[in-house]
Amino acid sequence: MSSPIIELKHVYRSFKTGREIVPVLQDINISVNRLEFLCLVGESGCGKTTTGKIICGLLPTSQGIVEFEGADIASLRGDNQRRFRRSVQIIHQDPYASLNPTQTVSEMLSYPLIRHKLAPHRRGVLQRVRELLDLVDLTPVEDFIDKYPHQLSGGQRQRISIARALTTEPSVIVADESVSMVDVSIRIGLLQMMMDLRDRLDVTIVFITHDLALAKYFAWDGRIGVMYLGRLVEIGRTQQIIRDPQHPYTKVLLSAIPDPDPEKTRSKQHIQLRSEDIRRLTELPPGCSFHPRCPWYVDGVCDKEVPELSVPFQSEFDVEVACIPLERGAELALHDA
Amino acid sequence: MSQNLPPDVVLKVDDLSVVYRTDRGDVKATANVSFELRNGEALALIGESGSGKTTISLALIRKLPRNAVITSGQILYQRNQEVQDVLKLSNRQLREFRWNECAMVFQGAQNAFNPVLNIRKQFEDTAQAHGWTDKAAVRKRALSLLQLVRLDPERVYDAYPHELSGCMKQRTLLALGVLLSPQIVILDEPTTALDILTQRAIIDVLNDMQRQLDFSIIFISHDLSLAAELADHVATVYAGEIIELGGVNDIFYRSLHPYTHGLLTSVPTLDHAQDLLQSIPGSPPNLITPPEGCKFHPRCAFADDICRKENPALTDDVGAHLAACWHKDRLLESRKARA
Repeated sequence: MSSPIIELKHVYRSFKTGREIVPVLQDINISVNRLEFLCLVGESGCGKTTTGKIICGLLPTSQGIVEFEGADIASLRGDNQRRFRRSVQIIHQDPYASLNPTQTVSEMLSYPLIRHKLAPHRRGVLQRVRELLDLVDLTPVEDFIDKYPHQLSGGQRQRISIARALTTEPSVIVADESVSMVDVSIRIGLLQMMMDLRDRLDVTIVFITHDLALAKYFAWDGRIGVMYLGRLVEIGRTQQIIRDPQHPYTKVLLSAIPDPDPEKTRSKQHIQLRSEDIRRLTELPPGCSFHPRCPWYVDGVCDKEVPELSVPFQSEFDVEVACIPLERGAELALHDA
Repeated sequence: MSQNLPPDVVLKVDDLSVVYRTDRGDVKATANVSFELRNGEALALIGESGSGKTTISLALIRKLPRNAVITSGQILYQRNQEVQDVLKLSNRQLREFRWNECAMVFQGAQNAFNPVLNIRKQFEDTAQAHGWTDKAAVRKRALSLLQLVRLDPERVYDAYPHELSGCMKQRTLLALGVLLSPQIVILDEPTTALDILTQRAIIDVLNDMQRQLDFSIIFISHDLSLAAELADHVATVYAGEIIELGGVNDIFYRSLHPYTHGLLTSVPTLDHAQDLLQSIPGSPPNLITPPEGCKFHPRCAFADDICRKENPALTDDVGAHLAACWHKDRLLESRKARA
């Protein structure tokens, strides 16, 4: 495998709100390999968006480093910094909020081209804008080029967001819940287009979502990382995680999600949590942050030590899990519900 | 009353049409919608945003925005073999009807409670507004309902909304919804915007409630999985019309309408095999100037001349499974060919 294009090493991030300091990310280690499909999944508040912003350099880390092609992005200056900024782009969740309502499509897409001097002259800029619209299947181009965002549907707006991210010919795109706001019937089309762009333009896409089924579809040949309360709790091959999740949280999640199949979903066994309360980030329990809810909790272990990502004891699988009983090779035994 | 309904039908909607008057023209948000709701059944209205599913449910309790006009139809409601047309109720009768007979739980539980009143006061106010002033009795009923939705009743009853998590608020709201023992509860996107584990808790609570209390549910969702899990019957709504209606298994395993079929093939699953998905080309129509004929025809692979000219009616060639499509046989045949 080639060297990772992005690497997060022991990344911490906290935010100050009034008197409190909220630890949003703790000890995140992720390597994003060139051209792989990587999905980060987790529930709201798990830190997946913060991770995405840190990857793009939109947020500095509180501790730890982010490397782009082997170089610490915090130390980049001048041309190197500009090259990093161009190379890593983000697509935001809400296409209604992320496009400037006073600019036409053509203005929005020209600006980065002019700013980064990516097209030689006015005609060149326009030519490139047309190519970009063509890439995201907004054709005939004439129908879209002079439109304002309010004249476009949600799906079309999101295509504009994607086109805008592509203006700088990035090598990495972070797609943060990029299809969550569009309707079911057009969601897959957008996703397929993004998967296609990877092959045509050699972009690595980090896809962030709360929807495990969507993550499975997108990263079928890639990897999924599952986050819980600011930590990565499991990461590995998508097919492996969907078939046989290892971390208790991933197991619980997969068992809880309804299926679009009446017989299957009604006969599904749901794993009961010990408690339904989600801890606030400012009141994290000692030890593993999932232990107050974990049905496999081991007294005296899980509430004392903080687990780190590691390959489970004697595992033949290509996954890493942050769970001390698993690390030690324990068979998970359910507490009586 | 001239109308007679079969004894187990609590609600019969007949040819309901709603138009929103706007500056840009009339938005035909709901067109000729008909369906029945039976006692104890859960009916799911599924569709995408803007399909008109919320408009249908707001019409049922006559809570449409001011610029909405009901242009046709009747909504028959039956309790103890007495039938009334909701569209003909006076304001006073409507106040009785809402919550006593038909309660609605709106989307976004975070905002449904008054933040400066505690939960107890909000239960009491609701009861009092409907002529129930015995606070001890209200308390007893409220506590038993809070228990049913798996909350700690004493704690929640005296809490303020900000002291409850999103999941707890949503469950409290469900308990409040059934406080006055309505026959029908309408749930608008009951699990949207909730976390996965919270969604699971709400689904389980709804299942429990329906088993123990006697009411019918109409729930509105864009989430097919939720319909698969909770519904007895499913109605697919597209461009303001019900285009398919049937038992949950009919809809999920033997869909007859290309739109329903298209929705089902565009939803990823958690099966262990790779999903082969396909999205529906195009996007939903503008309801000010909807397409002629079948409103789905511009996006439909089967569309031909008749689809472009005439809108197909919702008919039942196959048992109680209705679909509005000129080419129902096409999906049937392709399914047979695969089997």
